[in-house]
Order: sequence, then structure tokens, then C-alpha cells
Amino acid sequence: MAFELPALPYAFNALEPHIDAKTMEIHHGKHHNAYVTNLNNADLMANISKYPAAIRNNGGGHWNHSLFWQIMGPNGGGEPKGELALAINGAFGSFDNFKKEFANAGATRFGSGWAWLSVDANKNLFKGTPILGMDVWEHAYYLHYQNRRPDYIAAFWSVVNWEEVNNRFKKAIGG
Amino acid sequence: MSIYCLQALCMSLRQKHTLPDLPYDFNALEPVISAEIMQLHHQKHHQTYVNMLNQAEEKFMEAKEKNDLKTMIALGPVLRFNGGGHLNHSIFWQNLSPNGGEPEGELLAAINKDYGSLENMKNIFSAATVAIQGSGWGWLGYNKTTKTLAITTCANQDPLEPTTGLVPLLGIDVWEHAYYLQYKNVRADYVKNLFKIINWKDVSGRLVAAKQ
Repeated sequence: MAFELPALPYAFNALEPHIDAKTMEIHHGKHHNAYVTNLNNADLMANISKYPAAIRNNGGGHWNHSLFWQIMGPNGGGEPKGELALAINGAFGSFDNFKKEFANAGATRFGSGWAWLSVDANKNLFKGTPILGMDVWEHAYYLHYQNRRPDYIAAFWSVVNWEEVNNRFKKAIGG
Repeated sequence: MSIYCLQALCMSLRQKHTLPDLPYDFNALEPVISAEIMQLHHQKHHQTYVNMLNQAEEKFMEAKEKNDLKTMIALGPVLRFNGGGHLNHSIFWQNLSPNGGEPEGELLAAINKDYGSLENMKNIFSAATVAIQGSGWGWLGYNKTTKTLAITTCANQDPLEPTTGLVPLLGIDVWEHAYYLQYKNVRADYVKNLFKIINWKDVSGRLVAAKQ
């Protein structure tokens, strides 16, 4: 997700005698590189909602889908373990109940959107850093499930990569 | 739509909403819209809006009878989603036709006056509709106050007239279910092709009615 310093398409000395090699080296390797570093440190994504619509919508779309691909996997399913499981049981009573609530959030989302599970630094679920997301825009399921969104949601559980969700949980609570 | 408006409507119309028939076969709009999409869109999506609207109205009536204002208010969004969905799609099926012709008469005059040309109107309409983020509708509407045409968009199933006051003339559904099986992510192609199957007589009729 980080911006990268693009390579020069020629050597540092290629523009001599008009522009000297030393200037090219420092200009590219220090000045331009610092812009890239500082841009990455500005953490655009964390503040994406503050930007105008085109940036918010597409930046948000980029962020959401980047998480989505990671929290799914071919050997998914099963249940969360450890602290994440404890937190879920604490907030929802049981893993089954959590699934029911999460599924309901996705099923009743009118129009396009996502269902999210988030956690804050105090291990409170419901707000903070998203650790699990489910896309319920129609494009996420229409080819296979058509209008049957609940069927897609039921199938989603089979691809959730709980290890990845757990990693994000630990990172979010400062572990 | 205010709560009291809804009350009056419900009290006077104690009959259920029903799915209107399509004025043509499922395959009539091919190749622009596939029969598969038409069938799903009409029999599943629109039917669900009708069913959920009827359910919501039942609950509203029950709440009204018990003087349960909190429940009546809480039902607002679900009435809007499903009532809007029913209104919008009922217009949409009529807006489309395999042999829609071209705009003429009063409608064409209005388009030329407000947009310079039909081409220009289509470009503006298409751009606005394709740009909708997420689910929604593009609309060509009529402003009864200024007596001009207007192009605007609504989110989700928000119905045009209750939301903006504009009278709906022509709507374009850009919920992904309207085109995805055929056009996938290329919404722009769907919108471009849709202009080949507009029932301009229906659009004209709506303009004439709106002016009265």
C-alpha cells in the first residue's frame, strides 16, 4: 500500500553536461525519496474520509478491498482462537451469535456497502480498527448468487482466514 | 414523505401492492438487456420490494392502531427503501421498450431548450448516472416550479419526487443487479446501450402529465 520511489529511466550522469550527476543523485535519492517517505507517513488511508468524494470513494475502495483479499483464503473457515475468541465471546456471547449478528448486518445493509468487525486499543469490539470485512456490494456475489445475498453470506464463513483476522486483532490492540 | 402523509395513504388504501406485469417478454429488450437479467430483476428484485413494502405497511398500520409512534417512525427507512424500490421499478419497466422511437414534439422541444440538443442531454445524463457511487438511479425529471427539465441522481431506492420534488420522466437503474450478469463492471456500456431501448412515448406522456 506504500508509495514507491520510481527508478530513473537512465543513469545519474545521462543528462550531463546540462545537469550534473551529483545533482541527479541527490535530487532523486534524497529530495524525491523524502517526499515519498513523508507521503507514506502522512497515512492518507487513515484519514481518507476527510478528502473530496473522488479520493474518498476510490481510496476507500482500495483500502477496503486490500483488507478483504487478505482476510479470506483457500483454507479458511473454522473458528478464531485465543484472545480474539475471548473478545468475541465477551461481546457476543458466543461465536455463533457473532456470526448471526455479522451476517444480519450484511444482509440488512441496504444497497451497496460492507459489514465490519472492528476493535479498539482497549479490546472493545464495534469501533476502532477494522479487522474483518465483508463486501456486500452486488458485484461481490451477483454472478454466482444473483439476488440471494444471504447464501453468499453463509458461504463467506468458509473462506475467512481467522489467522489473518487474529493478526490484525493483535496489532490493533497494540500487541 | 411525512409520517402523516403515509398514515393518510395507508388508511385510504387498505389493499396490498402488487408486482406490475412487464409490458413485453423477458427477452424483448435483448441484446441490450438479457432475458436472464429481466427475469431476475422483475421476478426477484422488484417482487421483493413489493413483498417487503406490504409487510412494512402492515406493521405501520398495526403500530398506528396501537398509537405506537416510535415504531411508526422506526419504519420510515424500510418504507422508503421498499416503497421507493416499487415506485422506481414500476416507472423503469414503462420507460423501456424494444421499439422506443425517438423523442419528438413537446419533449424534444424541452430537451433542445434546456440542453441544446438530444446528444448533449444524453451525455450529461450518462455522465451523472455512471458516476453514481454504489447503488442508485439517474433521473431525467421535470421541475414544476421552474418549468424546466432537470438531470439528477438519487441514492439507493430513494424515489425522485418525494426526495427532490422533481417529477420522474426517465430513470436509469444502476444498481449492479441491473447490468452485472451481462456488462460486469462496465457500467458505462450498459448506460450507453440503454439509450437504444428508451420508450420515448412514455417519457413524453409523463412530461405532458407533469405539466398539467
